[in-house]
Parts: sequence; structure tokens; C-alpha cells
Amino acid sequence: MVARILIVNLLLGLLLSSAVYASPKIEHWQTSNGGRVYFAAAPELAMLDIQVVFDAGSARDGEQSGMALLTNAMLNEGAAGLNTDQIATAFEDVGAQFSNSSQRDMAVLNLRSLTADFALPAALKMFSNVLTQADFPVASFERIKKQMLLGLQAEKQSPAALSSRTFYSHVYDKHVYAAMPAGEEDSVSQLTIDSIRNFYQRYYVAKNAVVVLVGAIDKAQAKLIAEQLLSGLPVGDRAEALDKVPALIKGAIIKREHPSTQTHIMMGQVGMSRHDPDYFSLYVGNHILGGSGLVSRLSNEVREKRGLSYSVYSYFRPMRVQGPYQFGLQTRNDQAGEALDVMKATLKEFTDNGPTKEELIAAKQNITGGFALRVDSNRKIAGYLAMIGFYGLPLEYLENFKDKVNAVTVEAIKDAYIRRVDVDKMITVMVGGKAE
Amino acid sequence: MLNKFRKIISMVMVLPTLALANVSEYQLDNGLQLIVKEDHRAPVVVSQVWYKVGSSYEHNGITGISHVLEHMMFKGTENLRPNEFSQIIAANGGRENAFTGRDYTAYFQTLEKDRLEVSFRLEAERMRKLIIDDAELLKEREVVAEERRMRTEDNPHALIREAFNATAFVNSPYHHPVIGWMSDINHYEADDLRQWYQKWYAPNNATVVIVGDVDADAVYQLAKQYFGPLKAEEIARLKPQREVEQKGKRTIEVEAPAELPYFMMGWKVPVVNTIAADNAWEPYALEMLAGILDGGASARFSKNLVRGDEVATSVGAGYGLFSRLDEVFVVAGTPVKGKTVADLQQAVMAQIELLKSELVSEQELKRIKTQVVANAVYERDTVFYQAMQIGMLETIGMDWRLTDEYVDNVQAVTAQQVQAVAIKYFINKGLTVAELIPQPLAGSPSPRTAGGRHGR
Repeated sequence: MVARILIVNLLLGLLLSSAVYASPKIEHWQTSNGGRVYFAAAPELAMLDIQVVFDAGSARDGEQSGMALLTNAMLNEGAAGLNTDQIATAFEDVGAQFSNSSQRDMAVLNLRSLTADFALPAALKMFSNVLTQADFPVASFERIKKQMLLGLQAEKQSPAALSSRTFYSHVYDKHVYAAMPAGEEDSVSQLTIDSIRNFYQRYYVAKNAVVVLVGAIDKAQAKLIAEQLLSGLPVGDRAEALDKVPALIKGAIIKREHPSTQTHIMMGQVGMSRHDPDYFSLYVGNHILGGSGLVSRLSNEVREKRGLSYSVYSYFRPMRVQGPYQFGLQTRNDQAGEALDVMKATLKEFTDNGPTKEELIAAKQNITGGFALRVDSNRKIAGYLAMIGFYGLPLEYLENFKDKVNAVTVEAIKDAYIRRVDVDKMITVMVGGKAE
Repeated sequence: MLNKFRKIISMVMVLPTLALANVSEYQLDNGLQLIVKEDHRAPVVVSQVWYKVGSSYEHNGITGISHVLEHMMFKGTENLRPNEFSQIIAANGGRENAFTGRDYTAYFQTLEKDRLEVSFRLEAERMRKLIIDDAELLKEREVVAEERRMRTEDNPHALIREAFNATAFVNSPYHHPVIGWMSDINHYEADDLRQWYQKWYAPNNATVVIVGDVDADAVYQLAKQYFGPLKAEEIARLKPQREVEQKGKRTIEVEAPAELPYFMMGWKVPVVNTIAADNAWEPYALEMLAGILDGGASARFSKNLVRGDEVATSVGAGYGLFSRLDEVFVVAGTPVKGKTVADLQQAVMAQIELLKSELVSEQELKRIKTQVVANAVYERDTVFYQAMQIGMLETIGMDWRLTDEYVDNVQAVTAQQVQAVAIKYFINKGLTVAELIPQPLAGSPSPRTAGGRHGR
């Protein structure tokens, strides 16, 4: 299937934006050992989504990059004396879906199950085992390590993956966000099972966990489930605060040769955190500039007017501390310079003069007029609850979202862009072949 | 106005707690088909317009034309400027996109429920009043060429898939890629697109699918208002283009800059749409078989090849039982370091042979069936997916009710039937194998001609 526009990152839309037609009613409490629980009832479908999110992403890797990901991937490899096959079979016998993932901030375990009696108790029991009774079998450790190393090798055949890795390492330099969650060959090779155990014991603790439940259960059931899920975890402590990210002092262009027909360009700088005071000005501003797909200024200049790229975008990725502000496109090698010039000129024009009144009205209509679409499935609601819980946003975040967006002015966007965005101090990564 | 009106309420019997799946079906006088599924969980609506046209309708020389036409559908009509369609949807808080497949081209908007009229007004406009502007087409050809570079030229797995399909299918139009060959992309003329549009874009070749917090009869009234005045078109009947019988195993190599080896192998198989009535269970048995091999972390490939023997770093099986024409049951994977593609293929073949020689266990069968039942519930979490299933089935010439029957049909599959389809279809005469031969990445020149060589 070939679509008209590329969805760069489905999750991204979810994390960048928010709002509610009729906001889901969010209930919040703590388990007896200090885990933070967020619950929204969704009685229509006989199913339950659970996300358990730990502050145990690659930002916690220290010198041993890849550690957080490998730890996370080990959880369902052996638990409570059961092996990988037994764990997988237990979930799948009752039609439950288990998955785990780990990024820079979050390490996540997901469960989706029917609420029927034959399914939910069995799925929950195994989920609890995986969450709290991990055994870390050596054979699995070695196998997953090998898979990670092959994954790193595979990255080298992808210009997109190469440019992303290069981009982060230059924008973040010595900050913990510089490393990719997948790690590096040296560091992954050197990971030991003891270091994984230590990481698990430090970060997979109740106080460092957020539990999200969305589905056909009531609050009393949710309380019981959350309590039981985390009961096997020690209380522990929350992860340490992360260092703020220093702004870039000067721009740089990094070129890497790759035998591809296109050059992948990634450009950007340090962006904003989830709690940034300029959050809404920057979010709405970027929506106009490059965040609204085919109607954005960047898309208009690069794709609609000139046909230079299939996909061109910009986005803030708000994180625990400042995530990146990132611009990207891909184009035939011989027109990479031209495309980069257009992208930079479009950004410069925007930072110099801000959006027009009409553009701001259109952006607000788009963001607020599609409010209900943001929370129209259990999965999306669970995503918002995880974001609110993990980043400690107010429970009213979704309810207030429209008002905050509507309060943004042309002047506020202009002011925020002048203070926060500097096209002359951006990192530009170009991965591709020579012009023919 | 209506010459046909049916209202169907189909109760999904899977679990007693499931809500009523309330589906209504209408046909306008001009032949436009409308299917409305009420889902009142959230105050949203998804609107999809499906046309019976896609890459399998195309002939050599114009491959990919359905896809580029899909792009041009946003480039202006008699009453809309280029890109204005998207601007109006955006201003109404909508999300929109379009996609082209082998057997369909579809357009969609997701909106708050009271904005459906915007979708109908715009979709009706571009159903018959598109303007293909020469200059816009020239630009869009470049955009599509960039899309192809990104998706295919610089992606070794996509390159091998393309070469694989072009080898497995000789005269079936599944031979060529949805996005089209680069040479064809570079030579579309505005008149080619105008003709293609005229030929396929008409109310009697379209299915409108609406899922969401709406009232079916109100949607029908709205559809009559906007789509009703559109003129029907004489729609050409497709030639069968039934694939010639394969006479032996086909093997190809694709050389491309890459780090890791990779292979695809696939056997010709029937689908629900092509199977004879006597053997109607076969596609469902193949579906079950795909689940036995690759239906989760407990399935045989993960259990035996990724873990167990540790011969694959990744390996998967894929079969789509809903398509217009015969398909290929595909297995693809990458060996672990220290093992070769040949080692992995051998391990895969051992799994295939096992399916032929031994009945799958009742426990495995039951597990896959339970997953199918559960998925039928999970899928209802999004209105988009529900609409997608209905639209896709109708557009490939089947009945949307198959979404419900699917669960029953999979439930009915027996171990003997799984074994029977393995024996019948996993034979050398139906087999195509493609291997990616990695070429050095560093310092090598741009692979202008990296389309794979086809050695038979």
C-alpha cells in the first residue's frame, strides 16, 4: 500500500498534541508501595489495555548505552521460573497481547487482554510475573545481545537511521540523550547480565512506575489490579533528575556518504521539555511551519511548489528535559543543496516574521476542531494517560488543552521563536550519495 | 430515489458483551454504494471513498498510474484550487490521507461527527470534476519519484520484494509494484491520467464507507444530496489475467548495498475470492497455517528458529486471504551472525515439511483461534480499521459481511485441513525464492540500476 503522505511517526502526533471533545474521566491514586496509577473506564468493548511505564529509558544508561533496552527486552524472557516459550504461550493461549519497548525516557510494558473470565486473570498473572519476577536467563541474554548487534549493523544500510543517530549525537553531545536507545556496538558487546540485573533492581521499582489502565473495568477492579500488579516490586526510589540540555553554541553541517539515490537531511537543535513555559506557543507555531502535514508552510514550499521531496516535516519532541526540534526531508542527491536552502529559508522567514493571523486561525481551527479525534480509542487514551502520569502533567491537561491553544497569539509565537529557535546554530546532517 | 435498500443488523456472536454491530447498506440511483456502520463510542466519524482501481488494473508502460492519480486528486478540481481540499479539511479539524493498493484506491477523512458534510461535499466534487493540470502533474511526478527512491530504491528489502513479485507473477498484474516502475513514473502524460480518471472515477465504481457516531439514515440523505447528482459511467470489465501455471521453482538474486543478508520465499496460493466453492475452506486453512508459523512469540518460527535453533534473527510468514487475484504465501527472514541464508532456508523448509507430515496440535489450533476471536474485539477500538475492512472487502468484489464470517471460518479449520493445504500448495512448482546479496556500503557509487537481476 502506498499512501499519499508518509506518517513519520504515529506516536508523535499523540505525544505532541492533545485535547478532548468530552475528556475521558481520569482517576488517579497510588498503590500501597508508591506506584502512580491512572485509570479511565471504557466500558463499551470487553477489553482492557494496561501500560506500565518506568523511568528507565536510555537516559539512565550512563556509560553503558543499550543497557535500558536490553533490560526491558529481557523481562519476558524468563520470570517466576517460567521460560520464554511458557510466558509467550500463557499470553497467547488467552488471546492477550504483550509487548515491551524502551526509548530515551520511557521503558514500557504493554498488555492488551479481553476482560472475559477465561482471559483476564491468566493474562494478569503472567503480566505480573514478567513485571516483578524477571529471572534474566543467560541464554536469552546472549541471544538478545546478538540480535541487538545485528540490529546495529542493519542500521548502517538505512540512510534514515544513520542520519538520526548522527543528529542526536551532535545535538546532544555529552548529554545522556546523545546516545541511541539501541546503543553502540562497543557498549552493547560489553554489557553483562550482572549490570542488567543491577539496572533492573534500581529502576524497575514501584515509586519509579506509572500504571495506566483503560478498559471495561470499574475503579474498584482497577485498584485491585494495579495493587496486585506492582505488589511484587520493592518501593525503591524515583529516578534521579536529568541534567538540562545546554543550547548549541554554533551550527555545523555533518555529511556522511552513503550509496543511496537520495540524501536524507535532518536539521535541528535542542527543543523543549514537557513542562516548557513556551510549550503552546512553540507547538502551535510549529504546527503552522511544519507540523500540519500537507498544509504546512514547509510542505507548501518544498513539496507543493517545487516537488523536491515526498516527505518534509518539522516537530518538537517534548521530553523529560529538552527533546529535539527537528526538521527533515529526503531528496535526489543532486538537489539536496537546493532542498536544504528552501527548508532553511522557510524557517528563517518564519522566525523573522512569525505566522500571519490567517495561518494562526487556521491552525487553531485544525487543532481544536479535531479535538475528539485525539481520544477516540482506548489505545489513544492510554497513551495520553501514560504521558500525563509519566511527565507529571495536571489531570486537567486534556480539558484545558483547547483553551491553551486558543490563547496563543501571533506575537507569542514570534517572541518564542526569536528567543528559542536559531537557524544559524542548528546541526545539519546530510546522509547520501554524490550528485550524478 | 433509491432502487435498493437493505438494512442489516448483524449480531457478532463471539462474546455476549459485544455491542451490536449496526451496519446499513444503501445504493444510490447512479450506482454509488454506501455502507454505514454506527459506532457511538466517540463523537467522531471516519469517511472513506473506495474506488475499484489500483495497480492490478494497470498494464505495462503506465504502471503506478493509479497511485499518481491518487496524488493528483488533491491538486484541484473545477471548484477547488490545488491543495485547497486539504486546507478545508484541516480547517475543519480533520485528518485525511489516501492510499493505493493493488486492488483499490481509497481516500479518507476523520472528523468530528458533525462535519461529515464537509467530506461529502469535497469527495463528490473530486469524484467527477478533477482537473489534471500539466504543470501540477510534472511536479507531482517528481514527488512520486522521490517517494519511490525513499521507499524502494534505497531500501534493500523493498527492492527484493519488488523483484520477487516480478518473478513469481508472470502475467498476473500483481507482477508490477503499486508505486510503478521508475521509467513509467517519469513518463506519465496528463492525458494518460485524464483517461484513467474518466475510466474509473465514477459513482458506480465507488463505495463510500462511514463508521462512527452517526445516524445511518441521515448519512444516506446526505449522500443522496452530494453524490446523488453525479453521472454514472460505463465501467470497463477487467480481463481475468489469470496467472499462467508455474512449471518449476524460480530463483533469483538481488545485489544491493546492504549489511545483512535476507531472503524471501513464496508459494502460489488461492484466496477467498478465487477459490472454488468446494474448497472454500482452503484460504482459512492457509490463514491458520500462517498463524501456526508466525502468530506471535509462541508460534513455531519464534519458538524454533529465533529461539530453539537460533538460526534466524528475524523470520516471518505472511498471507493475505482477501485480494482480487491469487496470491503468494511468503516467508522471509535474516539469519543470525554465523549462519547463512541457506541454513535459514533449510530450517524453514524443515518447518514446512513438519506441517506436511504431522498434524498440528489441538493446543496450537486453539491458541490461534482464540487470538482471532480476541483480535476481532481489539480491532473495534478504532473506527478507521472497521471502515477499512468493509471498504477493502467490497472493493475487491466481496461482501463486507465476511468480516464477521471470517472469525467463524477460521474457527472451523481442522488440523487435517492445515496439513492438506501444506501438502497441496507448498510444492516446488509453485515456489519462488529471492536472495539479497549484500554489496559493500562504504564508498561505493550510487546504485543507479539496483533493480535486481532476474536470473531464472
